[in-house]
Amino acid sequence: MLYFIEQLLNGIQLGMLLFLLAAGLTLIFGIMDLVNLAHGSLYMIGAYFAATFAEWTDSFVLGAILALLATLVVGMVLEVIAIRRLYGRDHLDHVLATFGLLLFFDEFVRLIWGPAGLTLSLPSEMLNAVQILPGLYYPVYRLVIIGVTLAVGGLLYLLVMRTRLGMLIRAGASNREMVGALGINIKLLYTLVFGLGAVLAGFAGLMQAPILTVQIGMGENILIAAFVVVTIGGIGSIRGAFVAAMLVGIVDTIGRAFVPDLLHAYLSESASSSLGRSLSSMLIYLLMALVLIVRPEGLFPAASR
Amino acid sequence: MADALLEIEDLTKRFGGVIASDRISLVLERGELHAIIGPNGAGKTTLIGQLTGEIAPDAGGVRFDGRDITALPVYRRSAIGLARSFQITSLFLDFTALDNVALAVQAHAGHSFRFWRSARRDAELCEPARAALTNVGLGERAGMLAADLSHGERRQLEIAMALATKPRMLLLDEPMAGMGPEESVRLIEILRRLKGGVTILLIEHDMDAVFALADRISVLVYGRIIASGDPAAIRADPVVRKAYLGEGDGGARG
Amino acid sequence: MSYSLTPRLAVNIVLLLILGLLPVYAALTGDTFVMTLFTRVLILAMAALSLNLIMGFGGMVSFGHAAYLGIGGYAVGILSKEGIDSGFVQWPVAIAASALFALVVGALSLRTRGVYFIMITLAFAQMIYYVAIGLDRYGGDDGLTIYKRSQFGGVVDLNNKTFFYYLCLALLLAGIYAVWRIVNSRFGLVIQGARSNERRMRAIGFPTFRYKLVCFVVAGAMCGLAGVLLANQTNYISPAMMEWTRSGDLIVMAVLGGMRAAFGPLIGAMTFLLLEDWLSRATDYPNLIIGPLLLIVAIYVNGGIDGLLGRARRG
Repeated sequence: MLYFIEQLLNGIQLGMLLFLLAAGLTLIFGIMDLVNLAHGSLYMIGAYFAATFAEWTDSFVLGAILALLATLVVGMVLEVIAIRRLYGRDHLDHVLATFGLLLFFDEFVRLIWGPAGLTLSLPSEMLNAVQILPGLYYPVYRLVIIGVTLAVGGLLYLLVMRTRLGMLIRAGASNREMVGALGINIKLLYTLVFGLGAVLAGFAGLMQAPILTVQIGMGENILIAAFVVVTIGGIGSIRGAFVAAMLVGIVDTIGRAFVPDLLHAYLSESASSSLGRSLSSMLIYLLMALVLIVRPEGLFPAASR
Repeated sequence: MADALLEIEDLTKRFGGVIASDRISLVLERGELHAIIGPNGAGKTTLIGQLTGEIAPDAGGVRFDGRDITALPVYRRSAIGLARSFQITSLFLDFTALDNVALAVQAHAGHSFRFWRSARRDAELCEPARAALTNVGLGERAGMLAADLSHGERRQLEIAMALATKPRMLLLDEPMAGMGPEESVRLIEILRRLKGGVTILLIEHDMDAVFALADRISVLVYGRIIASGDPAAIRADPVVRKAYLGEGDGGARG
Repeated sequence: MSYSLTPRLAVNIVLLLILGLLPVYAALTGDTFVMTLFTRVLILAMAALSLNLIMGFGGMVSFGHAAYLGIGGYAVGILSKEGIDSGFVQWPVAIAASALFALVVGALSLRTRGVYFIMITLAFAQMIYYVAIGLDRYGGDDGLTIYKRSQFGGVVDLNNKTFFYYLCLALLLAGIYAVWRIVNSRFGLVIQGARSNERRMRAIGFPTFRYKLVCFVVAGAMCGLAGVLLANQTNYISPAMMEWTRSGDLIVMAVLGGMRAAFGPLIGAMTFLLLEDWLSRATDYPNLIIGPLLLIVAIYVNGGIDGLLGRARRG
């Protein structure tokens, strides 16, 4: 039971990271109608910047802040130089272009930082585990991830629901042409939205860096899961991204933890472990297929096309 | 006794709190050209949507030639003889005019699971297509890309495509919209020639066209038919004048 | 078809000559590597061709097409490991399995459109990728070596590099011809019409779903055949055959060569693979060039390389 709760918390934590990525993706999909395969690259860059700056400044927090700024700059420059020429084009052009960017970023990181990957050490205060339930110790840092992401989610909610910028974002997500017709500086709005997405992605990257990984290709792995989240949640919906991210994070983690054991009741050790691994990797895709059959536009589609 | 081809009974559709179709009842007789007029937002698009099968009514039904087609899927309506043109031209822009019409012919030439023979050299498809194009005055333009046709020519192509399926009934959704005076006159002529051979339901704003062509007119306001009858009666009806014809311009051209 | 010598026609003819005479060149110079490279080009060109059928002509952007390479290859590998070497069994099974998978994926995915379709095809490919990783008996993550290429009872010997090359070339050309006929047939026009304006197609009376599904299955089967050839050529199968980046490569090849041109996929595959090969030998960081190149092609070139040669014949 305690193991279940621990895995549940891990699932929520994974969900939080996915939410950060998916929120940016869904905004960019919903408002600019852009398929961005390079979103994972921004996630990766955030982690690499954080590891480097933390080492230079000898401070995790300072490194994180600098990394966020750097990622924001990279995101906005990318938008101005390349991304904005893709708006209104066929999705295929987006796929091709951002796939090229993805390849470029992976190679670029390899050039600057080498193929081996980096480490980012946790600040010493966070190295412990706290007892959250009798008999269950959970790492402080993972709780921090959950907490901080919830806070970011809350800020995002406030931004989207309570500010003028947020109103433009919501309007843009459901009806792009209208927003343009209102005379708003669309170019600037798009650059800001893309930058926001970049920061969220970079933030997710640096948050997970101490406990998971900082290496080339890390973006691709989580990107697909983020796409699954966006698809399940509905394009253009942050609320959808949150709900779907929780679903996906929990299903994936719990599945990986328990499916092999479940199978073990019926199959041999080796069969259940290999089949179990395959099966649990497939769970989130089965979930997505299921959702799309019942609701082809996701759970909370915001965009009306 | 009039021979009914299309019977609309108590058709009702709500979107949220808005009633788009409010118990619409209408009977179209075989061979007539029936025009539906009404101010913008009256629910004309919703009505057409329910007749083509793209929108499912909340209540009421549609009978075509005696058969209940209320729930019939979109792609089957063409097969039973109900064809439509689109308000915003919806053509195959990267195909030629001939290709466009040939596709419409092909849809009615049995199944298309033929993988080998060239469809463009198939006389079974090309002959009727050319005939339909000539019928609407586009014979010369057969080889042009639809994207390169003028607005008026695209409208003609729309109608040619609808005709190519040899329909018993034609649903025309604001065919005059955006047309200049010359093009309108030409289109009115084409429709006049078609009258009698095929039953036509014409949704239009262009009053010149309506009064020149219609056998009967129905007036749709806020989802309800407030009057229905022959053109002279409609022109004289005080309720209609007040609700529609009397307000501002009587020749709203799309 | 016109018979004037357009730039595109000239390029195609030169291309065919080069490909036809390549083994001669290889024999004369003793350069076997170029044979291996070009065999690979031919095989992936077939995969790109099958993708072009659904994507270029049908507008169905599938980001999971590499799955069929994997299924075709794994069918050969698995049967081989279980002692079934005969190509007469392996090849039909591989094609049937690919077709079946395409049927299931298509039936579920074709209900969706646009970005959702891209995502769901990607997801299904990922699923089969993970299944392959979990197949410990067949190598799992490391892959499986195939010791004997498909046997055809002594009639033909696939181990003969030259013969295998010409076999791939023949199959590819047959495929190109078949796709060309399909695309211009009644069936093909329905597919193209659905790409151009699906709503109108349904309005004039076509039940587009079933046509797209059949097209999807045909493309899957053809790609499965490419997978069979790939497994034979490399004597090796691994989950990496169906990584999503491989699906991305296929899309690049199809687009690069011009999406509605008969020889487009071949030109695209050749350009992409040759470029990749040359660049990886010229520099340690080839993607620093390939990446931005893709970006530039996507932004500025409409119609791929074929578009550069002259606008592709409509439809």
